[in-house]
Amino acid sequence: MSTATRSLPRTIGAHAILLTYTVIALFPVIIVIMNSFKSRAGIFGAPLTPPTPKTFDLIGYTTVIGQGDFIHYFQNSLVVTVASLFFVLLFGAMAAFALSEYRFRGNTMMGLYLALGIMIPIRLGTVAILQLMVASGLVNTLTALILVYTAQGLPLAVFILSEFMKQVSDDLKNAGRIDGLSEYTIFFRLVLPLVRPSMATVAVFTMIPIWNDLWFPLILAPSEETKTVTLGAQLFLGQFVTNWNAILAALSLAIMPVLILYVIFSRQLIRGITSGAVK
Amino acid sequence: MAAASKRPFRWHIGVFLAPAVLVYTAIMILPLAGTLQLSLFRNIDQSQVFVGLANFRTLFGDPNWSVGFWNALRNNVWFFIIHMLVQNPIGVMLAALLSSPRLRFAAFYRTAIFVPTILSFVIVGFAWKLILSPLWGVAPNLMDLVGLKSLFTPWLGKEQYALTTLSLISVWQFVGIPMMLIYAALLSIPEEVIEAAECDGITGMSQFWKIKLPLILPSIGIISILTFVGNFNAFDLIYTAQGALAGPNYSTDILGTFLYRAFFGFQLQIGDPNMGSAIATMMFLIILGGVCVYLFLIQTRLRRYQF
Repeated sequence: MSTATRSLPRTIGAHAILLTYTVIALFPVIIVIMNSFKSRAGIFGAPLTPPTPKTFDLIGYTTVIGQGDFIHYFQNSLVVTVASLFFVLLFGAMAAFALSEYRFRGNTMMGLYLALGIMIPIRLGTVAILQLMVASGLVNTLTALILVYTAQGLPLAVFILSEFMKQVSDDLKNAGRIDGLSEYTIFFRLVLPLVRPSMATVAVFTMIPIWNDLWFPLILAPSEETKTVTLGAQLFLGQFVTNWNAILAALSLAIMPVLILYVIFSRQLIRGITSGAVK
Repeated sequence: MAAASKRPFRWHIGVFLAPAVLVYTAIMILPLAGTLQLSLFRNIDQSQVFVGLANFRTLFGDPNWSVGFWNALRNNVWFFIIHMLVQNPIGVMLAALLSSPRLRFAAFYRTAIFVPTILSFVIVGFAWKLILSPLWGVAPNLMDLVGLKSLFTPWLGKEQYALTTLSLISVWQFVGIPMMLIYAALLSIPEEVIEAAECDGITGMSQFWKIKLPLILPSIGIISILTFVGNFNAFDLIYTAQGALAGPNYSTDILGTFLYRAFFGFQLQIGDPNMGSAIATMMFLIILGGVCVYLFLIQTRLRRYQF
């Protein structure tokens, strides 16, 4: 980094702006979580103060846990996200390996074909996707969601992973070939472990939109059995418009798992985004 | 598709490619093509009949559809303009500040500012709905602190403000993405370039405008096209905050919500897959147009600097 001396006022100015924006970014989240621990009187009387012993109340959480089938929704989301993630990473890495490792006719065309999906959102095909799922009897199953999210995640995964696979040393792979390893062994035993960090990046990028998606659960799997957490929260919040304790508690419950995961993985995520820079 | 070479047929290439290509083709490309095709058909007496561009004539000409469509398109354009004017400049500014050398707490700011981006629309939509609600007084109380209480109105409930308010909420949520991408681009500028600029006495603001900004223009191009695609495909935030009717009085209706109502029907309106397909086709053409403009007009003119 540059070693030029920076003037003190400029540093203070930078901190002031960044701090202001941090407050803007975090304030709604904090205010929702803070108020979820208050009684109704506390929520309306003094919305901007943290819960005091007088206003502390868990009534919102007891309502939510008593009413909603949130554990079940949570399981659905988990199954859908983990399964889609698995297929995106496996299929994506395989295709990326084929595209980056071998020269064959149509290689470039295939790469472009798969990259098409990065720009064109899968949502535009919803009408025909629904017809397809109805025809194959997959409506209201988690399988439908897993298939759609796998297709949705693949283009970006192939694109990012093939960039990284190009960096794996050829000597290593050729040494494996001389030792008589099959192409499959080379991929699974040599290449995959080496690109694990970039797989983690792709995983985070793929996971967030899947976990947060509302459109496809709403259209393909709205039944009670297959509701995801996002859809469940949406419907639940709609039902309890007047019960502010319950709404705030439900929102906090929806925020917290994502927030905890983010705090754990933020280093990985940010490194992934800025990886182009820190080659 | 499969490998054709002088050497024996290399089956493993096919095996490696097949799963991804099959799933992608079956679930993404074919339905997309199917949707485009459906937009040329109409359901007459329980069977699909080819009607050419009649659905599009209805969409543009029949007042029952065209009023809603142009309204949604206009709103969507405004939604996009706000993102371009607010989200991207703020993102660039935050990134420029974050990348200043030896800034303390940079990792903390980075992590905190990115938090809204990982939250789902359902959470964001509802949380802001509560905060802006006149019932709960968080927004009026806050404005009172700076003496602006008289300016408070229920923004989400007023036709003239609702769309702008929602756009700003969406900006609040997604500002982390341009920030991160520009931040990455700024970090990749080699030190020699910056040092050379400093030797010539170019520092501070003028260094940003004259040296760094031209170097990060390709990244600004990328965030613009990502914003474009994201905005013309948006649905969730409007749906959670204002419902499928995109109230008040359709003032926040964008193409995504319009498509949802056309396809599934809502309340008195009956769902019509063919009209839904026609709208999806329009969205496809708009997004494709944007991507083409980016690829052929913008990207080719941006000088890429190889370091």
